[in-house]
Amino acid sequence: MPEFTLWDIARNLLLAARWTVLLSLIAFAGGAVTGLLLTLARVSKYPLLRLLARGYIELFQGTPLLMQLFLAFFGLSLAGIEVSPWVAASLALTLWTSAFLAEIWRGCVEAIPKGQGEASASLGLSWLEAMRYVILPQALRIAIPPTVGFSVQVIKGTALASIIGFIELTKAGTMLNNATFQPFTVFSLVALMYFALCYPLSLYAHSLEAKLHAARRT
Amino acid sequence: MSYQFQFQELLPYTDQFVRGVWLTVQLTAVSTVLGLALGTAGAAARRYGNRLLRTLVGAYVEIVRNTPFIVQLFFIFFGLPNLGVRLTAGEAAVIAMVVNLGAYSTEIIRAGLQAIPKGQVEAGQSLGMSGVQIFRYVIIRPALGKIWPALSSQCVIVMLGSSVVSQISAEELTFAANFIQSRNFRSFEVYAVTTLLYLALALGLRQVFGLIGRQLFARR
Repeated sequence: MPEFTLWDIARNLLLAARWTVLLSLIAFAGGAVTGLLLTLARVSKYPLLRLLARGYIELFQGTPLLMQLFLAFFGLSLAGIEVSPWVAASLALTLWTSAFLAEIWRGCVEAIPKGQGEASASLGLSWLEAMRYVILPQALRIAIPPTVGFSVQVIKGTALASIIGFIELTKAGTMLNNATFQPFTVFSLVALMYFALCYPLSLYAHSLEAKLHAARRT
Repeated sequence: MSYQFQFQELLPYTDQFVRGVWLTVQLTAVSTVLGLALGTAGAAARRYGNRLLRTLVGAYVEIVRNTPFIVQLFFIFFGLPNLGVRLTAGEAAVIAMVVNLGAYSTEIIRAGLQAIPKGQVEAGQSLGMSGVQIFRYVIIRPALGKIWPALSSQCVIVMLGSSVVSQISAEELTFAANFIQSRNFRSFEVYAVTTLLYLALALGLRQVFGLIGRQLFARR
């Protein structure tokens, strides 16, 4: 049986952390695109569209991410699509992320004074043009701090992909634990690596927020 | 080839589902009460404690908020026995949930404490209230009232997160679902029903918090 030094454990975890980062990026990018469409649906003038978007958000915010991963994993295979943990995890995390981002961004859009939209309309801009040139650019400014803050939740969310067999930081941790029988060391290192990924983002979100409020106060 | 959904194969397992829901309710109730107590203590320590205490509580909050719940759970269940602390799966699950909610609610409640105007505390002092009385009636109650919606959402998140404790074989709803699908192999149907049960639990929990909020913090 091979002996694992502390460096062996750390090195393997670092290699696995690449997949945590990549999965987070996929989920965040996919979630941002889907989330933007959802946000537009959520604030649109069609009641049915608003209702559907709201239902979607309620569903994904009101159920465990783990269940969403299971349903993506088992559901896709029922649809006849060959599922790798990659596909299932990317899909579930994207949908989950989009629901939360849409809810955050809706708040930002609604924080823009109504007069802005009315002014755009009186200038003859269509709803989409008003969104594109007037509302969204302003909403973007206040949306950045909470969005950066939420990216921390996305990184932490990817840890659950380990349960459907996606080999990332947490899964590598459990595998190394089974090989080394040093759970304290292994899971301390795993936690440390997540912390190293998440804490800078938390700090950045915090400082962005402080800046935004400082700018508003003056 | 199209798949036939067979939800009726879940019927013989109704008892397991009910038991799973009940266990999740119990787990959530215990963790919420203890977690909010820990959060209140943590918030008070961060606001009124000395420098060392503030730093320690701050470190606790940041460590918990920047690592995944499942890693915290594994650390407590698998890692702590290395230090001689042996826990059953159920105990480890409760501790992990309390520690997790404690950190988040510390931050939320602290924001509430900061929103209490100083004059309110001084008014309490001038009425001859003791320090404990001031904290109980003048500070914590209105502070909790201000941040109650955020606190409720966090408790719902912790309830949903509890599905993860099935991974250390602590018994609750997801554990029941895993058991059932290992028997009847209807994975999708089982997890679809389980997901709806969680949705119902989340909506119910939100109602309960709304009710408590109206009872405790209604303006008279």
